[in-house]
Amino acid sequence: MSLLTNLNSPIGKKLVTGITGLGLTIFVLMHMIGNLSMFSGDDAYNEYAHFLASLGPLLYAVEAGLVLFFLAHAVNGVKIWMGKRKARPQGYAVYKSAGGPSMQSSSSRSMIITGIILLVFTVFHLISFKFGSGGPGNADAAYLTTIDGVEMRDLAKLVREKFALPWYTIGYTAIMLLLVTHLRHGIWSALQSLGAMRPSLSPAVYTIGGLLGLGIGLGFIVMPLALFFGWL
Amino acid sequence: MANSMNITLKVWRQAGPDVKGGFETYQVPDANAHMSFLELLDVLNEQLIKEGNDPVEFDHDCREGICGSCGVVIDGVAHGPQKRTACCQLHMRHYRDGDTIVIEPWRAEGFPIIKDLVVDRSAFDRIIASGGYISANTGAAQDANSLPIAKADADLAMDYATCIGCGACVAACPNASASLFTAAKIAQLSLLPQGDPERKTRVKSMVDQMAEEGFGDCSNHAECEAVCPKGISISSISRMRREYVKAMTD
Ligand code: SF4
Ligand code: FES
Repeated sequence: MSLLTNLNSPIGKKLVTGITGLGLTIFVLMHMIGNLSMFSGDDAYNEYAHFLASLGPLLYAVEAGLVLFFLAHAVNGVKIWMGKRKARPQGYAVYKSAGGPSMQSSSSRSMIITGIILLVFTVFHLISFKFGSGGPGNADAAYLTTIDGVEMRDLAKLVREKFALPWYTIGYTAIMLLLVTHLRHGIWSALQSLGAMRPSLSPAVYTIGGLLGLGIGLGFIVMPLALFFGWL
Repeated sequence: MANSMNITLKVWRQAGPDVKGGFETYQVPDANAHMSFLELLDVLNEQLIKEGNDPVEFDHDCREGICGSCGVVIDGVAHGPQKRTACCQLHMRHYRDGDTIVIEPWRAEGFPIIKDLVVDRSAFDRIIASGGYISANTGAAQDANSLPIAKADADLAMDYATCIGCGACVAACPNASASLFTAAKIAQLSLLPQGDPERKTRVKSMVDQMAEEGFGDCSNHAECEAVCPKGISISSISRMRREYVKAMTD
């Protein structure tokens, strides 16, 4: 049995979705914490971004890994969703969750939708920030700053410009709320997929997963809102 | 009679496997709070037969919640509103006079409809046949205590062994996945020394067969555990995944 057929089996798909999902969760958590450096001032934010950019090959390796994780996660998610339509061609006239030990929720049912929106968002997000003014392939002297004699990209300026726009700030906030929804089912589900199996711990794991998701989402939202309302 | 009820039933009728089905509405004026849900269907069928109509086909056998033959979706929930109860053990006292109840068959590609509320669950037999067995030597039974099994393991194996193969887990799963059924057997045998010889081939074959039969993938909704008349825990699914990874890695 080759590794590929195994990864395409019902369990392989869950393992891949779970591992990549947890990897991406760690990524968004780090990203969120990094963003908070804006609260220490524009210079701290720019220095942090500059530090990441200066990692060179290491950064490229992590980026390549992230792209791979994103794609594997998305491809498997879509496969599972398509399989579901094949497995039940005719739906129920009346369908309800039985409640109780069921973890079915608006979150669990909307993973495909929140997932696709988050994927599309990520592409736009990279275009507007990473590859935006002053970024790779978009050199712009107006987006350069010098801190302690080191010339670096003034990413904070771009962030401030974007989050001065009401529609941008609202859209970003809404998408981060979708991220919370996705993580609410996702973190628990990933751990379950990877074989966490003590039933007595399930509710606790679900709650902690949900709170972590909420923390990540709120952490992403505070900085743009602070900028928008001029608190920062 | 104080306990008598007038119940409206909206029942899925389908004359055969490949014909179009639809809902029919029936009145059962002689329902009674002491009846079981299947007795209500019996009364409906007597009514239909007297009127010269085709009775509603539905599966049942033991009517005491142990055989796994019965199973319909009642108002959107597999086996109906009572937790850990097969629909043969559901009683009309949970309903009120004048209620309308919608009854549908299990809906899944792996469970094609035969007629009305009866579906073909032989996919489950094929999943079991692909690996849900142990090899045992023939001859005189061996000494009862020659294979000591820790009490905790024996208890847990017994919990997983209580699956009656009804198919409610598939019916309720938003993805029509058969993971709970398949995992219950894999988890049971993984806890017992008798299950060891086929341990690695079993999990692979049963998981493959499950996909082969057209059941969907698990999304960890845990809806299966909520409708399972035996309350089989989704921890069995975690166990199945661990067994799979172990079989895959060595
Ligand atoms: S796991 Fe539960 S719901 Fe599924 S077939 Fe077995 S007894 Fe029925
Ligand atoms: S008829 Fe046997 S379990 Fe319901």
